[in-house]
Amino acid sequence: MVENRPFLNLLSHLVLIVGVVIVAFPVYVAIIASTRGPNDFMSGIIPLLPGPHTLENYREVLFAGVSTSGAPPIGPMMLNSLVMALTIAIGKIAISLLSAFAIVYFRFPFRQLAFWAIFITLMLPVEVRIVPTFKVVADLHLLDSYAGLSIPLIASATATFLFRQFFLTVPDELAEAARVDGAGPMKFFRDILLPLSRTNIAALFVILFIYGWNQYLWPLMITTKPEYYTIVMAIKRMADVADAIPRWNVVMATVVLAMLPPVLVVVLMQRLFVKGLIESEK
Amino acid sequence: MQNKRTIFGNRVLPYWLLLPQLAITFIFFLWPAAQAVRQSFLREDPFGLKTSFVWFQNYERLFADPLYLNSLKVTAVFALGVAALSLVTALVLALAVERTVRTSRAYTTLLVWPYAVAPAVVGIMWWFLFNPTIGILPYVLSMVGYRWNHVVSHTDAMILVIIAASWKQISYNFLFFLAGLSAIPHSLIEAAAIDGAGPAKRFFTIVFPMLSPTTFFLLVVNIVYAMFDTFGVIHATTEGGPAQATNILVYKVFEDGFIGLNLGSSAAQSVVLMIIVIALTVIQFRWIERRVQY
Repeated sequence: MVENRPFLNLLSHLVLIVGVVIVAFPVYVAIIASTRGPNDFMSGIIPLLPGPHTLENYREVLFAGVSTSGAPPIGPMMLNSLVMALTIAIGKIAISLLSAFAIVYFRFPFRQLAFWAIFITLMLPVEVRIVPTFKVVADLHLLDSYAGLSIPLIASATATFLFRQFFLTVPDELAEAARVDGAGPMKFFRDILLPLSRTNIAALFVILFIYGWNQYLWPLMITTKPEYYTIVMAIKRMADVADAIPRWNVVMATVVLAMLPPVLVVVLMQRLFVKGLIESEK
Repeated sequence: MQNKRTIFGNRVLPYWLLLPQLAITFIFFLWPAAQAVRQSFLREDPFGLKTSFVWFQNYERLFADPLYLNSLKVTAVFALGVAALSLVTALVLALAVERTVRTSRAYTTLLVWPYAVAPAVVGIMWWFLFNPTIGILPYVLSMVGYRWNHVVSHTDAMILVIIAASWKQISYNFLFFLAGLSAIPHSLIEAAAIDGAGPAKRFFTIVFPMLSPTTFFLLVVNIVYAMFDTFGVIHATTEGGPAQATNILVYKVFEDGFIGLNLGSSAAQSVVLMIIVIALTVIQFRWIERRVQY
């Protein structure tokens, strides 16, 4: 801010408050809906003040499941989502650290080729190669399994580039010193490179956890058994009851539960989140 | 490619290190992509008994198909709509946060969290708000005389998916604009202020031109987002309807390949999408190389 202009300052605050309200409004309505009874959605308009049914709604979706739409309980699905998100985040970070280490600290034939092969994954999102990828996973008998939910998604060009970029800034003297002291490459990787990458790993973890938790199309395609459903994909199923009005109170309770973990991660680790988001685009 | 001076001499180790990444890349990315390309030149008869090589027939049919041409148009409208709405909103919010000094962190926290909400969840929330019978927004709109109904109206359905998809993307754009704004040298702004340029003039002659690399980068990222990451928004709300009005390309690939089981056409559509992603990625990377100049 250069000069003091009270009117503009006021306007800024006004714009921001309106912005925050608009951004929060859909979630506010979802939370309110999750506290109401089933009859509040029959007619009129969506209620805007909380009701007394919070506990019973959440208990129903978490443990009993919604009988009218044949939806299984959400509790186990949240566990599936957690397993999937953690496997994807940790898997991506692990294999990307290793491949970035190989590309930066070794010279070997086909190094460029390996680099480009990894780069190409950036241009092949699941959405554009759905059918053949589904076929590969089916042929490998990975349908309806945790491996099928996570492994096909853990190749990562972004993470590899991020770590490569970071390794290039690590002073050469460190590797030299390690070599002089007789440390092998893996010892150098474990005792020097990994501790130095700590912040980058954490920042990337935040972004990748959100990515994994929010997967939709992939679990939708490869799971048919309710034991492997994830919460994000289950919501649509609940809201989609044939020829009937969806039970909005329980659907919205599920919505709230589905966004709670990733939103908490962003709010609690905001600095790491911003770092991860901005660095991974470089 | 940049290189390190100090390297390790091991010959076999680097291949082992690369193995997991390359194996997954090959099995789940390159191989299926190659299959899509192969399949796009083949046609199966209705009973799946015979497969024949048909050259570019699948592509010719695709581009003669009014439904596909419609989907291209719908995707363009959707992507530009999402990019425009979320970029403008995010820029206004970022400029406002720049002006507030003490409260900027609090506002930032309150504005960034929608990034974490899954597209499908976003879709369901807006679907609920816009519900023609009980939704609150149609109620408000009816007071000004507009009868909202996205189940019937093509325009309403498109507006709904654009708003839902943009809502999620605002936080991302906001953070990048904020980073872009803080990178503009303060001395420039001060010099202009001393010369008598007011806030509006400073914005159009200094701030906005200095932000243009960020804006361009975000434009590409937003188009990619709208084209490829919004499957959940569409599937959870309109399912491409009413009457194809929101059937974007990625949704159509899914529909034709999985529900319609038209493998040749779906594969050809996949290949077209791959070409689009490759083009957009190249544009994005060329920009990154040039960005350093500022």
